[in-house]
Amino acid sequence: MKKESLASDVHKSSIVVNVFLNLIFVVFCIVCIYPMLLIIGTSFASEESLLQYGYRVFPKEFSSYAYTYILSNTSTILRAYWVTILSTLVGTAMSVLVNALYAYAVSRQEFKYRNFFTFYMFFTMLFGGGMVPWYLVCTRLLHLTDTFWALVLPSVCSAWNMIILRTFFASTVPNAVVESARIDGASEMRTLFSIVFPISLPGLATIGLFAMLGYWNNYYNALMLTNDVKWQNLQLYLYNILTNISMLQGSNSAVGNSDVLLKTMPKEAARMAMCVVTVGPIIFAYPFFQKYFVQGLTIGAVKG
Amino acid sequence: MMSKKRITNKIAKNRITFEYLLMVLPGFLLTLIFAYIPMVGILVAFKNIDYSKGILFSPWCGMANFKLLFASPDLKIILRNTIGYNLSFVVLNAVIPLTLSIALSQLRNKRTSKVYQTIIMLPHFISYIIVTYIVYAFLSYKLGTVNNLLQRFGVEPTDWYSNVKVWPYIILFLGVWKVTGYNSVVYLAAITGIDDTLYEAAAIDGAKKYQQIWYVTLPQLANVVIIMVILNLGAILNSDIGLFLNVPMEKGQLFPVTNVISTYTYRALRINGDVGMSSAAGFFQSVVGFIIVLITNSCVKKIDSEKALF
Repeated sequence: MKKESLASDVHKSSIVVNVFLNLIFVVFCIVCIYPMLLIIGTSFASEESLLQYGYRVFPKEFSSYAYTYILSNTSTILRAYWVTILSTLVGTAMSVLVNALYAYAVSRQEFKYRNFFTFYMFFTMLFGGGMVPWYLVCTRLLHLTDTFWALVLPSVCSAWNMIILRTFFASTVPNAVVESARIDGASEMRTLFSIVFPISLPGLATIGLFAMLGYWNNYYNALMLTNDVKWQNLQLYLYNILTNISMLQGSNSAVGNSDVLLKTMPKEAARMAMCVVTVGPIIFAYPFFQKYFVQGLTIGAVKG
Repeated sequence: MMSKKRITNKIAKNRITFEYLLMVLPGFLLTLIFAYIPMVGILVAFKNIDYSKGILFSPWCGMANFKLLFASPDLKIILRNTIGYNLSFVVLNAVIPLTLSIALSQLRNKRTSKVYQTIIMLPHFISYIIVTYIVYAFLSYKLGTVNNLLQRFGVEPTDWYSNVKVWPYIILFLGVWKVTGYNSVVYLAAITGIDDTLYEAAAIDGAKKYQQIWYVTLPQLANVVIIMVILNLGAILNSDIGLFLNVPMEKGQLFPVTNVISTYTYRALRINGDVGMSSAAGFFQSVVGFIIVLITNSCVKKIDSEKALF
């Protein structure tokens, strides 16, 4: 009896401390969530009330004009959306496949060169060539500029995800299963696809979510490797609109037609609506994949 | 009979090895192209790149690019900014999440703790482009929430995007805001993994709560924290382009406090097309970062070899 109370005591604070801690977390939660609400609120405000009262969480005048605007303006916004969706789907599929194949091989004791290949990946976490040689490889060697693959290929391999998966395979796939498949005459590849992958779905899902989030939020590749609007994803497109507008506003007198140009740009509420549409899928999916994220953190007890 | 069996065994083993090699091949090639070739590629810093001759055949130019870089008046500022911000981040992003994760583990109601975890992880899932919009919503001159609030109290609105004084705080705040929740949950996962008997033993020995945290929780977390700190120190010359380039919206007035090596390299490369200077800066970044990783790791190894990264 005594022992039990001791153990549960360990993880509980006194009431006063508890209230204090809760207070801290409530404040912190507001700091995390208020900005989102501000963006959502603004996106539902009518343009006039926005110009009069500024950005607000609860708009003075409700309007869904911003959303009809983005849906009607088919050419650029939907194109950017499509680029983001496509690169996320293709990238995630490739990333999971490539990393899982690699991770499985290096997780097997009987693979002679496993140490070499593990180190090969691990080393990229410690040392990297940096932006310039990477840029030269992408543009001069592979000619990725303004192609779809510029958004996908450079981020397929991730040492971090690979190591998490390796740990996962090593700790969850029973050796006996692989060996009995081998005795039954299955090739290693076949074992991997029809036995190991199906029992490793939680691990693969975790890595898939990491990859998906990475691709959805990726603007670095687009920033570096696209000049043409055609291959700009949602993130870069959003950013370009914002900087263009602030540039035009800044140069009102210098450029005669900046007012005309400004008028063709998406308005305040429309831009915020685009933000909402960009983070929307993440926020909606978030409660579902949060579990996997935490799981991914715990299975990935990384050590080289 | 024996030898025949051995031969088939050997063939089977070779087949297995071959199949495993096939499995690592795609990852091997992609990593070769996007990580290893660029590693060798840092040598372009010693070249005078001439695209008409190709990168391989461009003439070597010794230290010329570095001389240009070190002569640049910007260098002092970008070095100060890079190291200043990153050192602050190494400390803040270890101490704050650690504190919060311990606090999370001490909450009496586990369900509210779950709710907090869900909410504080949110910033981690949002790109810096969206953060740029958020910051703009707060700081925009005409419509921003901050200026609105100031006006209500009769204070003149300010153009925050040219105010050099506040930006260091904005950047520090955002850099912390973005990762704190996530890191706290990582550390919390490690805390939940600590064996309860350690706490019981400490309690029986008369350790008070803060002593249990100090003598049990923190040492148990040391492994995770040290690995994070080593990796962060190795990246001490790298900065997130999103935070330093996009969030301040590339405003020239803010360069004195937002220009870091990464943004400097980016601008030299993408805007001015100056490969020489940017590659010199990049070389510096990569090599110094690697040396720092090696040094910190060997220091950690000397103190406690179990806790080193490699």
